[in-house]
Formats: sequence, structure tokens, C-alpha cells
Amino acid sequence: MRSPARTESANRFSREGALAAPSLFSIQYRTHNALKEVKVRLTRDRIIAFSVLLPSLILIAVFVYGFIGQTVYISLTDWGKGAALAVNPQMHLIGFDNYKELFTSFLHGRFRQDLINAFFYTVSLVLGSLALGLFLAILLDREPRGEGIFRTIFLYPMSLSFIVTGTIWRWLLAPEGGVNVLPSFIGLPAGQFRWISSREQILTFDWQSIPAITAIVVSLVLIFLAVRTWRKGTHKRALIVAFPALLLILWAVFGQRMVPQMLPIPERHGFNLATIGVSIAAIWQFSGYTMALYLAGLRGVPVGLHEAARLDGATEIQYYMRVAFPILKPITLSAVIILAHISLKMFALIFAMAGPDNAATDHPAVLMYLTTFRGNKFALGASIAVILFLLVALFIIPYLISSYREQRRRAS
Amino acid sequence: MTTKITWARVLLYATLITVAAVYVMPIYMTVITALKNPADINLDTAWQVPPHLNWGSFSQAYDKLGPNIMNSVILAVTATILSSMLGSLNGYVFSKWQFKGNDIVFTLVLFGMFIPYQIILIPLFQTLRRIHMYGGLPGLILAHVVYGLPITTLIFRNFYAQIPSSLTESAQIDGAGFFKLYLSVIFPLSIPGFVVTFIWQFTQIWNEFLWGITLTKYSANPITVGLAQLAGGQAVSWNLPMAGSIIAAIPVLLIYILMGRYFIRGLLAGSVKG
Amino acid sequence: MRFTKLLTIVLVGVGLLGMFGTVLADDLSGQLEIFSWWAGDEGPALQALIDIYNAQHPGVNLINATVTGGSGVNAKAVLKTRMLGGNPPDSFQVHAGQELIGTWVKADRMEDLTSLFQQEGWTDVFPAGLIKLLSTDAGIWSVPVNIHRSNVMWYISANLVQWGVQAPNTWADFLAIAPQLQAQGIIPLALATNWTANHLWESVALGVLGPEKWQDLWDGTLSFTSPEAVAVWDMFGKILQYTNDDAASLSWQQATDMVVNGKAAFNVMGDWAAGYMSTTLGLTPGVDYAWSASAGTQGVFMMLSDSFGLPKGAPDRDNAIAWLEILGSKAGSDAFNPLKGSISARTDSDLSLYNAYSQSAAHDWQNDIVAGSLAHGVVANEGFMNDFATVMEMFLTSRDPQQAANACDAIARQNGIGE
Repeated sequence: MRSPARTESANRFSREGALAAPSLFSIQYRTHNALKEVKVRLTRDRIIAFSVLLPSLILIAVFVYGFIGQTVYISLTDWGKGAALAVNPQMHLIGFDNYKELFTSFLHGRFRQDLINAFFYTVSLVLGSLALGLFLAILLDREPRGEGIFRTIFLYPMSLSFIVTGTIWRWLLAPEGGVNVLPSFIGLPAGQFRWISSREQILTFDWQSIPAITAIVVSLVLIFLAVRTWRKGTHKRALIVAFPALLLILWAVFGQRMVPQMLPIPERHGFNLATIGVSIAAIWQFSGYTMALYLAGLRGVPVGLHEAARLDGATEIQYYMRVAFPILKPITLSAVIILAHISLKMFALIFAMAGPDNAATDHPAVLMYLTTFRGNKFALGASIAVILFLLVALFIIPYLISSYREQRRRAS
Repeated sequence: MTTKITWARVLLYATLITVAAVYVMPIYMTVITALKNPADINLDTAWQVPPHLNWGSFSQAYDKLGPNIMNSVILAVTATILSSMLGSLNGYVFSKWQFKGNDIVFTLVLFGMFIPYQIILIPLFQTLRRIHMYGGLPGLILAHVVYGLPITTLIFRNFYAQIPSSLTESAQIDGAGFFKLYLSVIFPLSIPGFVVTFIWQFTQIWNEFLWGITLTKYSANPITVGLAQLAGGQAVSWNLPMAGSIIAAIPVLLIYILMGRYFIRGLLAGSVKG
Repeated sequence: MRFTKLLTIVLVGVGLLGMFGTVLADDLSGQLEIFSWWAGDEGPALQALIDIYNAQHPGVNLINATVTGGSGVNAKAVLKTRMLGGNPPDSFQVHAGQELIGTWVKADRMEDLTSLFQQEGWTDVFPAGLIKLLSTDAGIWSVPVNIHRSNVMWYISANLVQWGVQAPNTWADFLAIAPQLQAQGIIPLALATNWTANHLWESVALGVLGPEKWQDLWDGTLSFTSPEAVAVWDMFGKILQYTNDDAASLSWQQATDMVVNGKAAFNVMGDWAAGYMSTTLGLTPGVDYAWSASAGTQGVFMMLSDSFGLPKGAPDRDNAIAWLEILGSKAGSDAFNPLKGSISARTDSDLSLYNAYSQSAAHDWQNDIVAGSLAHGVVANEGFMNDFATVMEMFLTSRDPQQAANACDAIARQNGIGE
């Protein structure tokens, strides 16, 4: 008598076997039942899985999305004009007036510059931490003696609170007594840069020219994509991509008169050199984290690969550029997420380093805090917060979409 | 294996030592300022070692910070353990259990990482009051656990995605349900993931200031608040806050020194992949 | 009959004794939560008040909830979050004047203290100018714990002699001697982070406008775009040329240090600088350092005052009122102010407890015209002060007086100054 198990598997894989096997019905019945049992268990487990997840989802729904909703609502009111701190404060819906005011009133020039500052802060923190972290990781990957000590030294700034970091670096960057004094210890003249007291600004542009600048940046990206598509051979597609780029450039150069004035008077904005000091402190604090990430990644490169590359005659530089870096790409994406999250928390660092009213180093998060809790303008503060949130969203959503697509790809 | 003393090697060490010196510079500044007498602290002598070491700064700072340290320990340990456990379970669900809209829900959860804390300060306060959890450590723990969920879930989800599905499938065929699968397969492998979340969450929670000061009453103040009290006032004697920050940083620093290697190993084990 | 009489006497006696005892024994119990931003060096002064309270009311558990940091913004954040959430402290520290009135009184969150003032006789003991700044038509709103002076100019006499200059009587005089100082490598006027610029501005404004026109600005009688007001910004811009360019990264103490070290000639700062120089730096007032009213403001005392009020819905109202009574009392203010380095608001305080500077300040307090500080919350509400910080930053970068004056006008209107 053939064993039921063998017959079952034979049933599964050959129709001939199915036709030929004795007591077919009973075996199929048993198989069907077994599979059904697994399926039921699976469904029940899925329900359990979802219910394990549910409390977290509810908490996030309330504490994140509920509160965001409340903030958005507040930003559409006029809470703050009048008795803001009454037991039942008067709030009237005024639509998008707060947002309009932020972008067009000349009193809010500080806010507009803060947006520019926020852009530069995030870019410096991300690029700086990634670059320095990668550099240190490569150094440590060479396995020097005392690697553990070096690693701890580079990692420990992460253990400090932003407030502590801010206070210490404020001292270090004091123009008359901090790092500026160091060159004098070896006979060179003392540094003259005013660090966070500096009011210098480079790369200045007029706020009114932002549409034009955006158009040019977008068209450059499109041209880059067009060139890449052309190289791949699909000429027609390249031309389709290049065409709007050309239109945008033409519009940026010639069509500015068609755009309505956003502000009554020209307003200069630019890259505040004072933010460099804050960025240095932030990079000091977080490059250890990216170093740890990259070190882990480099260590994760299969052992044989390095040897093989060396045997093939590749120099160390070639090894890093051609073999290691591509493997590190997913790490970079993950690090960018964390660093973007941190750049929002830079509020505490800026507050401790530069104080509440240093316009050169200001950030929308600081402005929101002051507007709300010092100026009692709750609705205006809420609008600043919403704009900040949207900016972060803008930055994060492309990452999330690409990660989502990759999940899909991996699953299928 | 002895490495040859080449120019490259010398350069390597020189670079490492220089960069390390730059990194240590702020700590040097903190330590010497902490050891100065208040009257000796000014810009001109900022870099100089104090003539007399004022160890009293540390005992003074410790006296003021003592109760706060205890609060912070309770807060950080509890909140870290809770948010890591929840993150592990959530990450397990997201990575191993497919249900409709899995990815969208995960994205929505992840988004919670990006709220600036100032936005939710007032609603958070009002909500905690409504559920009678304002003022003590439990409320603060709740806040940290909830807002720590996105990142711990992210870390664990990425980590568990590395576990080959053949492992889980064979356990499932052997009859393991949701929890049995977690306990027998997933959890034993999770140690590196836990190391990463522990270190990250502990640091974040230990160093957080704004909620600490808004959501707790005096007796439950964590150490960041205590530090701010030291640095408050109109005429600050800077040796105290500097000594205080050194004391405040010690527990976390110890964790980094002791667990730094496991941190890297944990990152290596898969939480790095995007 | 005699027994009944004896019994009656005994009973009445016991009754009287009981009543007497009840009156003596303190019937206040429960707790008292006071909220302030005093810590560090200011702690001992507050503790002195707390000690008095604890001695008088041993049954009350006094909780000293201080929130420091961020130049008071953190304290405001916590306080406002609590008040909005319906959890007021029993009493909280607030700058007397519009900072309190514009924020809390307007929102109907404070109790009127007129009856307390009358009961304690404070209406006779505090100067009339002060009470005017503490009140609205609807009442008096806080009890001043101390008085600080804003318009003081600090210098080291010996250094001035060495450099061949004298303390200027007007800002024009200052502009005349400043180049001379610069030529010798001395910074004429030491300045620190942003709020000290606001502080300097109000001294300059008071010097240029005089006390009546200064008050007119805040009553709405004088416009911010009037020629006089623009002239203030003009003068301020000229003075700024003679300040140090690393100001934004210095704390106010570091600016004072510059004067003490001989790097700078003058510093305009409130009289907490005296506390810093005397207590922390160990200098003797009048001997090691000197002061005068800031240029152009002789005879005017620009005041700011830390005060405590009584919020509506305070959980322990009676305990809070007892606290306020101590704050305004002679014993309280004599215990607090010498330690804090400020002077008492009372005109009858014991001057022998104070050092040379405070005695001179108290003398001026009793004789000078009282004007209110802008930078410290007396004459303008918080909305205006918050926006003013931005206007100041704008000016520090652009140095355009007309633009700053226009901006001031706009924010004054937006924030209801003079309404």
C-alpha cells in the first residue's frame, strides 16, 4: 500500500497520479482539510497580527494625526488677536490669511529668511554628516590600532543633549575667545570670523526671483534626465523631457514680468554665514552616527570581495569607488531619513547656541516657539508649524514613495 | 599580521588623531570650565587650565541634580523598554504579515517621526490632563513611548526584513501561530535590533528637554530640567552647569563606551538597509 | 450660687483662651505652588521669602516650581500651556505692567488686588507712578516684589581718567568722545546678545524723547513714525557704530566683563549688573566700579519690576493671598532685595541693609520721575515685544531708521498699543 504522504504529493504534482491513485476522494479530502486548516490558522494569525498593531495605530492616529489636525485648524483661525489666554479663547475662522500674511507681509521677512536658513541647515547637516561619517568610516575600516577608542571618541557626541552641545559650542565659537584664539597658540594671527555673530550673507537673491530660480533648477534636473535618456538610446523620450526644460528656461529669463509681485519691495535673502557655526556643532554631534552606519556597511561587504578586487589589481580608491560605495547606497537613504528627523530637532541646538533672537541663525521652529509662547500669537505660530511640517513632508515623501515601490518590487 | 609602516599608515594615524582632537576639544573646554572658580570664568582665559581645581563644582552640581537623575533613569529605562518592545512587535507585523495596505499604513506611521515637538505641545498637555496623567513620570513615559513608536518600528521592520522567509515559513508549517513564531524564531534573533533601539531611544529620551519641563511637576523633573535650573538665573556661575552636563552625560556615555561595538554590530545586522 | 459664678468664669475663661488660641494658631494648610523663573544666583533671595512664609504658615507645603532657561521663554511656555490646560499655579512671577495686563488681565485670568492693597496700606507706601503702571481702570493686578532700574550706565572711573574722558551727560556727548576712545583701541560701548540691544534702545529713546514723550508713545499719543521717534532710531544707529561687532555671541555678563577688564568704556545695563559685579566678581560699588543714569536720562528712573499676581481659579487661594501679603510687606522686601541686588518698591525700606549702589538707587526711586521699561514688559504687551525683537534684528542688519520706524508703527497697530 502506498503511503498516504507519497500519494498526496503525487496527487499534487501529477494529474495522472491523481487519476490512478486509489481512494482518491478521501486523500484529496484530507489534503483539502489540511490546507484549509493552515489557511484558517493563517487568517486567524493575520487578525491577531493586525490587533497587535492596532493599539500603536490608534495611539499614532490620536497623538500624531489628531494633533496635526488640531494645529491645522488653529492655523486657520485668528487665535492670538485679542485675549488669547482666556479660559475660552475667541477663535474665528479666517481661512488662509495667516499663511498669506507670512508670505507677503513685510513684517515677516524674518520668517522668509528662516525658510532659507532651514534649507541650508538641512542640506549642511545631511551632506556634512554623510561626508564626514563616510570619511571616518573609511579611515576606521583600515583597521588602525585603537580602533575602539577612536570609534568611541567619534560616537560620543551623540550622547549629549542638544542644549549641552549648544552651550559648549557657543563658548567655542565666541569670536574673541574661542577657536579664533587657537591659531595664536602656534604663532599665527587669531581668526577674525565672527561665527554666530556674523551678519554676512552670501549667495543673495531677491525673494521675488524665487519662481525663476525654481524654474531654472527644475529645468536643469530635466536636462540632466534628458541627457541620460538620450545616452540610453531612446532619443524621442529625451526630446520630450528636454522640451519643457527649454520652455522653463525661456520663461525664467524672459517671462518674469508676467508673474505678480509677491512682495511690495525687493527683499534680499541668502545664505547666512552665521549658520555655519550651528551646522558645525550639529555635524560634530551626528557624524558619529553616520560613521557607525557606514562602518557597519563597509564591514558588511563580503570578505572575499575586497581580496578579489585587490587580486584583480584595483587600487584602494578604485575598490571604494566601484565596489563599496554602490553597496552603501541603501545606508545613505536610511541615514538621510534619520538626519532629516534630527534637523527638525535642531531647535534646541540653535536656541542654546544663538539664543532666541539671533535672526542670522534663526529657524522656523524657533520662530514658531517664540511666536506662540512669547508673542501669544497661537494661530500664527500654528501656521508656521504647519508650513514646517509640509516642508519636511516634501522632503520625505519622495523617499517614502521610492521605498514603498521597492517594497512592492521585492515582494513580487 | 603586522602592517607595514608606510606613508599611508602614518597619514592614516595622523588624520585620525587630528580629527579625534577636534572632537575632544569641546569636552576639554567643558571639563576645564567645570573645574574653575566662578570668578575665573571669562572669555580671555577660556582655554587655560584653571590654577586651582575646583572639584566642588561636581559635588554642588550633584547635590542639585540628584533627584533628577533618579527620575531620568526611571523615565529612560521604562520608556526605552516599552517603546522597543512595541517597536519589535510592530516591526514583526509589518515585515512578516501581509495585509491590505500594509505599506501605506507603515508610511503613515513613519510620518509620525517628523512632527516638530513644538506643534503638539499644547494638545499633548491638554490630552494628558484629560486622562489624568499630567505631572508625573507616567505621563511623560507615555508621551515618549508613543512618539518613539515610528522610529523603533522602522528599525525593527528593516531588521526583520532581513530574516529569510524560509525560516518563518518552516516554523509556520510546523504549526507555529503568531506569538509562537515571534517567541521561537523572531525574538531570539532580535538582539542586535534591540541594541540599536535601546541606544537610540535611551539617548533621545534622556536628553529631551521641552516635554520634561512642560509635562512634569517639580518632583518628577528629569535631569535636563535640572541642568537648565543650574544654567538659569541672571548671573550664571558657569562651572556648575558645565559640571552638571558632565554628570548628566555620564550614564549615556557609559552605554556608548560599553555597547558601542554592539551598536555597530546591530546596525550591521540589517537595520541599515533602507 | 458661688459655684455657678465660678463655673461661668472658668467656662468663659476657657472659651476666651480657646478663641485666642485659635486666632494665634495658623489655620492655613494644604499646599502652595509658586511659579517663577528664578534660579541659580537668584535662588537665595526667593528662598528668603519662602523661609518667611514657612515660618508664618508651617501647615502649608510650599512648592517652589521654577522653570529657567531661554531668557524666560521656557517659563512662559510652561505657564501658558498650564493656564490653557486649566491648571494654574497658585501664584506666578510676571513682570509688572503690560506684560501682565496685556496677556493675563485682558484674558480675564487674574483677580483684582485693590482690596488687598488697601488692606495692607500699600497704596500709601508704593509710589503713585508705580501703582499707575500696575493698574488698569478695573483694578490693581500684581504685587511688586522688587524694583530694578534699567537706565544705568556702568564704567570704571580710573579707566576713564586714564583715557581722558568723562561719563557723558547726553548721547551727543557720547558721540563726541567715542572716536577718541576708539583711537586708543577701546570699545566705547559694550553690547551683548539681542535683548541687550533692546535694553540699550529704550535708554537711548528715553534720553532722546524725555519721559513724557516716552509715555506718549505707549499711550498712542505719539506716533512711531513721527520725526521724534525716527530720530531715536537715527541716534541709535549712530551709537551702534561704537559697539563691539561680536555682540550677538556674548552674554550680558561678558559685556560687563569687557568694561571691568578695560576693553570697553561704558555699558548700559540694568542694575543686576551691580549684583554681578559685587557678588560674583567681588568688586566694591563706588570704589571699583561707578555708575550714572544713562546719557540724557538724569532724573528719570526707568523701572521694571518682578511681581506676583493671583490667578483666577488658584487651587489654594488663601495660601496664595498669604504669599502676596508677605511679598509686599516690609519684612519680606527687606529680606529679599538685599540678596537679589534690587531695591524694594516700598518707600519705607531699611536702607542700611543695602550696599552703596542700592542706596543710591533707592534715593533716586523716591525722587525721580518713574518711567516704564519696554524691554522688560512694563509699557508694552508681549505681542509687541515679540515683534519688536524682530524689528530690532532688522535694524541691526539694515541700519535704516525710517524702515525701523515704519515697522514699529505697523507692529504697534497690530498689537493694539495705545488702545
